Amino acid sequence: MFDSFFFSYQSLIFAVGINGLLALSMYTVLAVGQLSLGQAAFMGIGAYVSTLLTLDAHWPFAAVLLAAMVVPALAALLIGGPTLKLTGVYLALATIALGEILRIFCNASDLTGGALGLSGIPNKTSFGLIFAVLALALAGFVMVARSRLGRAMEAMREDEVAAGVMGVNLPVMKLGALVVSAMLAGLAGALNAHANSFIGPNDYGFDQAVTILSFALLGGIGSPFGPVLGAVILTVLPELLTALHDFKLVVNGFIIVIAVLFMPRGLLIWRIGRVG
Amino acid sequence: MFAQILQQLPQQLLNGLVLGSTYALFALGFTLMFGVLGVINLTYGFYFTTGAFLALYGTKLLALPIWLALPGAAIVTGLIAVLFDAALLTPLRRKKAPELASLMVTLGATLLLYSLMTATFGTEIRRLPPAVISHAAIIVGGIRMNWSQILIMGTTVAIVAALLALIRGTRFGLSMRALAENGEAAQLMGVDTDAVVRLVSLVSGALGATAGVLIGLNFNAIQPYMGESMMLKGFAVIIIGGLGDIKGALIAGLVIGVLEVLTAGFISSSYKDAVGFILLVTTLWFRPVGLFGRAPVKRA
Repeated sequence: MFDSFFFSYQSLIFAVGINGLLALSMYTVLAVGQLSLGQAAFMGIGAYVSTLLTLDAHWPFAAVLLAAMVVPALAALLIGGPTLKLTGVYLALATIALGEILRIFCNASDLTGGALGLSGIPNKTSFGLIFAVLALALAGFVMVARSRLGRAMEAMREDEVAAGVMGVNLPVMKLGALVVSAMLAGLAGALNAHANSFIGPNDYGFDQAVTILSFALLGGIGSPFGPVLGAVILTVLPELLTALHDFKLVVNGFIIVIAVLFMPRGLLIWRIGRVG
Repeated sequence: MFAQILQQLPQQLLNGLVLGSTYALFALGFTLMFGVLGVINLTYGFYFTTGAFLALYGTKLLALPIWLALPGAAIVTGLIAVLFDAALLTPLRRKKAPELASLMVTLGATLLLYSLMTATFGTEIRRLPPAVISHAAIIVGGIRMNWSQILIMGTTVAIVAALLALIRGTRFGLSMRALAENGEAAQLMGVDTDAVVRLVSLVSGALGATAGVLIGLNFNAIQPYMGESMMLKGFAVIIIGGLGDIKGALIAGLVIGVLEVLTAGFISSSYKDAVGFILLVTTLWFRPVGLFGRAPVKRA
């Protein structure tokens, strides 16, 4: 019974876990009061790097996953570095630029298979792996939220200037958050590529970036569980309401508008208690 | 080889200037919105699309001539922009929400509006009636151009001049600058800030629509997502020119246009669209305030 259920819904279950990871990667940046629209691009970099290493270089899967975290992290340093001393708007716009550069490059280059993308990726992702990674990431975020670091992040989110005056190292925190988020998104991209057997340059565009943002905003960023809840709802809901499919983006857009205007704390307003 | 490049160069430069004018024309209203209201308003790309669609239906269904359809589309779109600002951004302004909240709400609204528009109109490319403007080539000194290209370059220069005159030379411009500097202080000095916000939205929306009509005319291709691809170029223009800088937007637009055409002509057309974004990232690294910008200071 469970086996047949799992078989019919395997791709949906995988998507829930991967979107949960992407939502957490968005949370990492939002948690320090920044906005990145490059999560889709980081995911895409992870997907392409991992696919090329698997198909062409035959690296072992663990090394592939590691590389899928390191390369997006380098991209995050390149793109995030110059915006640290500027207002958050610059990071948002710079990450949009990263997404576009990636899309143009992947569409034009032979290495990445051009507009056709890359196919025939071996299926190496498993249910256990995706959800173990998600659980580990969640546990890590809960521990961070309970620590001094978590308090600094919350202070930055509420009032950046005040947090800076109280001794929070703003540039290090911002860049650190962006790098961690890029690593998570890259890992999600690699897991996704090795679950779907195909990747293409237009899977990681602006729409995907906005979809990832809507996960986090719907769930709320008071705790790391909020974005994951948002991802679960926004991944499962369109499957339940298949009639809605053409309007999926309309719904995502609507959620963002409503969330920002009327429920700025999201669905899950519960916050994590602190120790120490 | 070299002689051939030299021979093509004047035509390529002109094409680049025309393309650059379209980028600058698009970015003017966008950067004005940021400069005065302090928000990156992503619905701006939607005003661009709306203007083009209104002009399309004005010339097709009502058989209006272009010199009536263009201002008509601009005014209607300007009013829509005022409404959207009142519904989406004014509540956040009153709550003194962080600037990223405004960016996110317009992001959501943009996604909603584009998807609704695609669901209604479909994604096929629509064209303005051929009688609207002559596409016949005019040849001057071996360089080919047409009326819509001349119209775009002329309008861009005229609008830049008019905006600079408005901002620097009128009482309304003074209120705009006061609001841009410090909203609360401006209000205390007797500036009706709500009225200034509405007027700036009206002007920006109208500028976006004007750009949409003229660019739709030049490329003769109108579809719902035309605003989004233009918007991505718009980001590059306003960052390179400096956020809120009118003159900077003009020059950055022209630079990007010329470099894109040269890249397509002499390197490869597949990398043409990357030019603006690579310049954007370079600008952030070496001159984040833009070509002529002042550093923004955040005080406690």
